[in-house]
Amino acid sequence: MNENRPKNEKHTPSGPAHESASTTELMDEQVVNEEILVREHHVKVLSPGMMVLKRFIRNRLAITGLIILVVMFIFSFIGGLLSPYSQQETFYSTESMFKDYASATKNTELRYTVKEDEAFSKGAYARFLLSLGKQKTVFESDGKTYSYREIGDDFYIVEEDKILSEVATRKNLFAYKDAKGYTTSQGMREAFEKAYIAKEDNFVFENEEYQIIRDKIAAFIAQPIDVAVASYLIFDPVNQEDSKYINSYDFRVDSQKAIDLRLTEFTSNGQSFDIEYLDGSILMNRINSGMKEPFAVASDMIVNAISPDIFLNVEFKEAVLDAITDSESSVVIPNAAGEDVYYRIELVNSIYTIKSEVITRVIDMYHQPDSKHWLGTDQNGMDLLTRLMYGGRVSLLVGFIVVLLEMIIGIIVGGISGYFGKWVDTLLMRFIDLFNSIPYFPIMIIAGAVMDTMEVDPYLRVFYLMIILGLLGWTGIARVVRGQILALREQDFMVATEATGIRVSRRISKHLIPNVMPLLIVQATMSLGSIILTEATLSFLGLGIKYPIASWGSIINAASIPYVVTNYWFVWIPAGLLILLTVLGFNFVGDGLRDAYDPKMKR
Amino acid sequence: MGKFIVRRVFLAIIIIILGAFSVYAVIRLLPTSFIEKIARERATLPGGKSYAEWLKQLNAIYRMDSNVFAGYAGWVTDAIRGNFGDSWVYNIPVTQKFKDVIWYSVALNIVTFFLQTAIAIPLGITAARKQYSKTDYSITVIALAGISLPSFFLATILKFAFSLKLGWFDLYGIVGRNHEFMSSFGKILDMSYHLVLPVITLTMLNIGGLMRFTRTNMLEVLNTDYIRTARAKGLSERVVINRHAFRNTMIPLISYMSYLLPGMFAGSLITETLFRIPGIGYIAYGAMIGGDIPFTMFYSVFLIILTQLSLMIADIMYAVVDPRVRIN
Repeated sequence: MNENRPKNEKHTPSGPAHESASTTELMDEQVVNEEILVREHHVKVLSPGMMVLKRFIRNRLAITGLIILVVMFIFSFIGGLLSPYSQQETFYSTESMFKDYASATKNTELRYTVKEDEAFSKGAYARFLLSLGKQKTVFESDGKTYSYREIGDDFYIVEEDKILSEVATRKNLFAYKDAKGYTTSQGMREAFEKAYIAKEDNFVFENEEYQIIRDKIAAFIAQPIDVAVASYLIFDPVNQEDSKYINSYDFRVDSQKAIDLRLTEFTSNGQSFDIEYLDGSILMNRINSGMKEPFAVASDMIVNAISPDIFLNVEFKEAVLDAITDSESSVVIPNAAGEDVYYRIELVNSIYTIKSEVITRVIDMYHQPDSKHWLGTDQNGMDLLTRLMYGGRVSLLVGFIVVLLEMIIGIIVGGISGYFGKWVDTLLMRFIDLFNSIPYFPIMIIAGAVMDTMEVDPYLRVFYLMIILGLLGWTGIARVVRGQILALREQDFMVATEATGIRVSRRISKHLIPNVMPLLIVQATMSLGSIILTEATLSFLGLGIKYPIASWGSIINAASIPYVVTNYWFVWIPAGLLILLTVLGFNFVGDGLRDAYDPKMKR
Repeated sequence: MGKFIVRRVFLAIIIIILGAFSVYAVIRLLPTSFIEKIARERATLPGGKSYAEWLKQLNAIYRMDSNVFAGYAGWVTDAIRGNFGDSWVYNIPVTQKFKDVIWYSVALNIVTFFLQTAIAIPLGITAARKQYSKTDYSITVIALAGISLPSFFLATILKFAFSLKLGWFDLYGIVGRNHEFMSSFGKILDMSYHLVLPVITLTMLNIGGLMRFTRTNMLEVLNTDYIRTARAKGLSERVVINRHAFRNTMIPLISYMSYLLPGMFAGSLITETLFRIPGIGYIAYGAMIGGDIPFTMFYSVFLIILTQLSLMIADIMYAVVDPRVRIN
């Protein structure tokens, strides 16, 4: 530095000053001379720092680097304040999904309702179906004889020939053995005997027809009694409490008979009902003191909810059946809360699937860049631009703090080593050699793995990372400081400080350190870039800074999945470019500073 | 000279021993729960030993029961005999695994070395010759960009462009799908093909340093008096550069490159990991992530030895070149 001044003085542009002086009048010579002196003085007195600055400014690369760095700092430290979002704000989007809600199929199975107090077993029902297929009207099951009659279209009533009495006959003598709970009246016996002798198969008594079944020594009096009704229609009650009534035999028979005949009114058990024939279903209203209230819906389609905990109300079924009959592909039905829900109807293999539109709030992952998120969102639905800003803060801060740490250790160790020399120097340099030999990455990876295992808090982790990086990287600075001090120690001005008896601490702080500073700044600027790179690499590998704290490296971490690399450029390219530009900026500035400080690099 | 070399080698051995001790101490500093956790994980593996047995074995291997110095002495005794233990992650002897994978790294690094030398030295010389010209500026920018590029970003861009978009290369690995069915020549070709992207990555990352080193040294030489003399006596620029300047630049360059030589065996941890090239870097990374203490110890000591070898070679080369060093 002290060497710089005489060299620079030679190059100061003093020529024009002399020229202007020669053209002035003699009278003002003294004044002009003073002016020249002032000017020359002004130019000559340009301090070494100013010379460095001047050279630095003339270096276009260095200025570019400086501009990049300023932009990065503004981006990271001020951008974060301006961003409308916070670092860890998660964004959600609504997504409409169609989920299977209900299914509807045509009923292909005859549904039967057994009359109260009568028996019609499953086995009997199976026999009934068989004989229906064979078109035989009589069938037997469980030792009972049944027959059925078709009342209307696919609407059957099954009757059981019920034996009322067993009559033992011998010549014209009759002995009656009545079935339980039944007593044959005298009139009936007479009617039977008359018919039996006349060898008829049935007889009428009090307007009711009875059958005679003959055996070898006995005959039976039997009467057909309706036991069950079967049809393809499915009945759904409007109010759940009516379901028992609706599924009662009497109501079934009465309503089916009315439906079969397309009547608009019928009565059952003394209650009047009114029937509306809709597109896909039949709506029955109960007439209650002149008021019509919906009572039941009948249809030949089965509508079931997919999940057992969903109760489908009649309005829903009605609307769905209407839509199916009109072969519509969608239907809007209000739900219990009165909100319209959109349903989609799909026909697959004769089963209609009703899918409800479910609006779910999902994390807005990998949102493409738009006016709301200029660089889109990441895998956690966080605004990437904001995260890049905050990540920049972390990356730059880590760089600065680590460099500060390195400088402190480096200056102390290098200073002691260089100033005291001899065995202290040898010892410390060997120690630095030893320190340098310790491999960097294995230690960092072990530290990262241990922190992973220990589940260290992410915020604490940043500090540990800084300390580890600082402890591993100070040797370079120590070497620079030591080298500089060794060189400076031999110089005359240091001998002078010793001769004038300045304190050791003052000699170091006032005379040595300021002279070491320039090279130290160069070294620090260059190592800032490399620390940012190291931090980014570690974070990329998942060993450095971790979610939820953003750093540029941890943002790029998402690019370890090829799918993200291919489809979401905005996740990894901006972060990578920011790292590249920042490190480049530091290197440009460091390079420019070195050139500016180095007197040999004059242009 | 002989005395100097002996002294240097002696120093290197001491540093290796102490460096290995530092790594050993760091591993010993791992909280015991870490070892216990590994033991627990290993105990859950099928067909394995019980937790207590694992813990006992781990403690025995790392002599966790004895003190640091005794433990280290035991490790050194085994290591000198070439017994580095079995890798926990790869379940074969560490040295066996090392022998299997080291040549991938060496091949990768040798190709990179030649490529980077062939590109960087001419560019560095050109930059120095035309100092502060546009060429110099652009070369400097390229060099600094190479230094500033995050390796993972460069690798990802290359993979994005050439593997995902163009489909020219596989994303990962050293061998292709049909590797087993190829002739031995085809197998070599297949492997070389898979090394293209890693080599490009490493070359681009390393060019910067060598280029700037060449430029700085060339500039120093060009500023010397004998170059001015050569110019003054009217030699052509080509002769000045090739005969007088470059030959003198060669000296620091060769010592720099000989310094790089041992590093070829160290593998390139990040690049190999990104491209999943099963070289020593990637394998060691997997071992370190998996808490494989035997492999980590081995790899660390291996790196320490390589670094010391590099420094030794550099010092000796320096001594060969500069007689003043020998006297001290």
